Amino acid sequence: MDVEILSRVQFAFTAAFHYLYPPLSIGLGVSLVVMEGMWLRTGNPLFHNMARFWTRVFALTFAIGVATGIVMEFEFGTNWATYSRFVGDIFGSALAAEGIFAFFLESGFLAVLLFGWNKVGPKLHFFSTCMVCFGAHFSAVWIVVANSWMQTPAGYHLETRAAGQPVVLPEGHAVTGADLGTVRAVVDNFWEMVFNPSSMERLAHVVFGAWMAGAFLVVSISAFYLLRGRHLPFAKASMKVGVAFAIVATMLQMISGDIAARTVVEEQPIKLAAMEGVFETTPGTPMTLFGWVDVKNRTVLGPQMPGLLSVLAWGDASKPVQGLLDLPEDAFLARWHPDAKEADYAALREAYWPPVQATFQFYHIMIIVGTALLGVALLAGLKWFRGTLFRTDTFLRRAFLWVLVLSVLGPQIANQSGWFTAEIGRQPWIVYELLKTSQALSRVVTANQVLLSMILFLLVYALLFAAFIFLLTRKIQHGPEPQDESEEMPESWKRIIRNRAARA
Amino acid sequence: MDLHIIWFVLVGVLFTGYAMLDGFDLGVGTLHLFIKGDHGRRIFLNSIGPVWDGNEVWLVTGGGALFAAFPDVYATVFSGFYIPFMLLLVALIFRAVAIEFRSKEPWGWWRTMWDIAFAAGSVLSALLIGVAMGNVVMGVPVRPDKEFGGTFLGMLNPYSIFLGLTTVALFAMHGGIYLAMKTEGEVQATVRGWVPKLIGIFIACYVCFNMLTLIYCPHVLETVRARPWIMPVVLVGVLIVMNIPREIHKGREFNAFLSSCAGMGLMMAAFGLTYFPNMLYSNPDPANSLNIYNAASTEKTLGIMLVIAIIGVPLVLAYTACIYWVFRGKTQLTTHSY
Repeated sequence: MDVEILSRVQFAFTAAFHYLYPPLSIGLGVSLVVMEGMWLRTGNPLFHNMARFWTRVFALTFAIGVATGIVMEFEFGTNWATYSRFVGDIFGSALAAEGIFAFFLESGFLAVLLFGWNKVGPKLHFFSTCMVCFGAHFSAVWIVVANSWMQTPAGYHLETRAAGQPVVLPEGHAVTGADLGTVRAVVDNFWEMVFNPSSMERLAHVVFGAWMAGAFLVVSISAFYLLRGRHLPFAKASMKVGVAFAIVATMLQMISGDIAARTVVEEQPIKLAAMEGVFETTPGTPMTLFGWVDVKNRTVLGPQMPGLLSVLAWGDASKPVQGLLDLPEDAFLARWHPDAKEADYAALREAYWPPVQATFQFYHIMIIVGTALLGVALLAGLKWFRGTLFRTDTFLRRAFLWVLVLSVLGPQIANQSGWFTAEIGRQPWIVYELLKTSQALSRVVTANQVLLSMILFLLVYALLFAAFIFLLTRKIQHGPEPQDESEEMPESWKRIIRNRAARA
Repeated sequence: MDLHIIWFVLVGVLFTGYAMLDGFDLGVGTLHLFIKGDHGRRIFLNSIGPVWDGNEVWLVTGGGALFAAFPDVYATVFSGFYIPFMLLLVALIFRAVAIEFRSKEPWGWWRTMWDIAFAAGSVLSALLIGVAMGNVVMGVPVRPDKEFGGTFLGMLNPYSIFLGLTTVALFAMHGGIYLAMKTEGEVQATVRGWVPKLIGIFIACYVCFNMLTLIYCPHVLETVRARPWIMPVVLVGVLIVMNIPREIHKGREFNAFLSSCAGMGLMMAAFGLTYFPNMLYSNPDPANSLNIYNAASTEKTLGIMLVIAIIGVPLVLAYTACIYWVFRGKTQLTTHSY
């Protein structure tokens, strides 16, 4: 196997594994703020128990998130050294900002959140919870900004060195093999880089996806307790927080998904065509609901809604969405293949398509799972409103609670397939229309080294995942610890409960 | 002021911060198996419990700063040191999750398993950091195209391995002093018994290491001759390390810990002053060395990053100090502990 495939698989594997955890941290972070805020407002010890139980779950996910996150930062240098040299001037500052602004905030206040229950007053503790939540969101900001720059680069120019002096390259310079190691992207305007054409849309999409992961985890564990008839007051209260949060997050996600897709239409038409499996450019472009791409015959098999894609993309049923057979455009090919004749362009195009089948399928998995989650969340909301959500007396009600127990997998599947769509859909580029993935590898790393590290990661992560699932299951079975006015609670905390009793 | 020099200092400060802070919790890990009994081990873990992941962030941020300010150094070192860095990652992962998982279950085998993972991960991390440093000090082959020209086996030279062992000894001493400060009663009595030995081992290693430097790194000797004002820095560092046993003897663990931190800071300062302006010394062909000019990002990026640092670093220092303040005093076990 060659270094490129191995490095890509290793990066995909370590990134996908890592990404199981940060969304839970972000989503649970918001839940913790809500629960602890409710506890401070109402003084109901139930919320205190909730906050403490979910904090422990949070700690578990956070530790693995940190440990697997360092791997990602190292891999840019170890496996993608040429990429690092090429983008360091831009990408590096986002990464450093993430460390300074997000990780320190998160890890610092996490200490107070986890170990500070007896050390600080309730207000300071709540402030720490907010800071942890804030820090988790901040880390999403910087890493999504960095990734979005790879999708839609902006605020930069290319430069090379001649006789020790920097030379600005003209816009649209096609990077060749001879350029590697000398040509680099250099920042022109920091804010244009940060607010590149896709960063804000994608940030919203990532954050709402993370909220869904946190919300459905709370929903799932609460539903499990309801089914088992254990910790009922706790389960009902948690379920309410979870369902409300899930509805909000899922609705927002639908809106942000629509906006993010429109950006793809504008900025990365090839990716969009691959996502939707569009080959021919026809007016009233249909949308395929699900199906199988027959790349060889340039067609997609599956049920289609006529004109829907044009409507979603342009708000105009007659305006066509560009198909893969017309992409990339002639002007682009003329730049990258100055020697090719126009007659040859058709044959050149396919080399600039991403793997169409994979892009199409991951995208559709995301859409289908996301829509199903919206249905589940709304139905749960309806049942809550009608007062049947917490009842387990009929088969259907129990079955629905089981659906809720399993719903925790939904956001994880959707988040993962969303990222696979975004990253596979960008291929063959590592930085869109600037640098190819095959050009970005470390030049001194051999296939055997990558194979060795990959086996190492597979073993370690398998062990880690098993231990995580095992501990999470044990934690859930153990349940929250009831603590009202126990010995351990400091005076300032007890006062909250007493104030509430006085008010009542 | 030259932005390149500022960033040379800032990257140095970040890695020094990492060594001082994660140094003591790697040291606690190194000593972990030597304390017998579950209570003692839980005290050890919980002494670093609230702060270890914050300490590790210094490495992440240092790596990020290196990537942003000196991308060529980051790319050359990380791709060149592929296998050692992958092992370092695995070691860091193991010790991180061992801390989190260990006390979650009461079974003996479970706790022993994670105790070993925590200790082995800590020792291996310290060793690999030292070996990497050793190669940086001694210089590695760098090709004219800035790529690493050496081999993995070439990195396992006696000098670097010895610096690895010295780093393990340094962190163990640092961690021992930290533990003496954070514990009480029987555990503290045990740890206090260790500290003089740990200091002795480190000083022996340190002396040998300096002699090896004279043998293996003629370029370092040359630089020190040309910059004689480095010697006082080294000397003050040695004096401060010598101060540690005195403070321990008088029962002032906090002062001992500060001395240990200051000693590490001065060692890193001496290294920085000697190494400047290089970021990766090329041996055998010094002309190919990566330095703060030929391996840096543009001045514009260095300037933007400086603004980020000016906003961010005071904030970080402020709340890091607050958190150490909240968790000051002796480590107690509660229901929230590991």
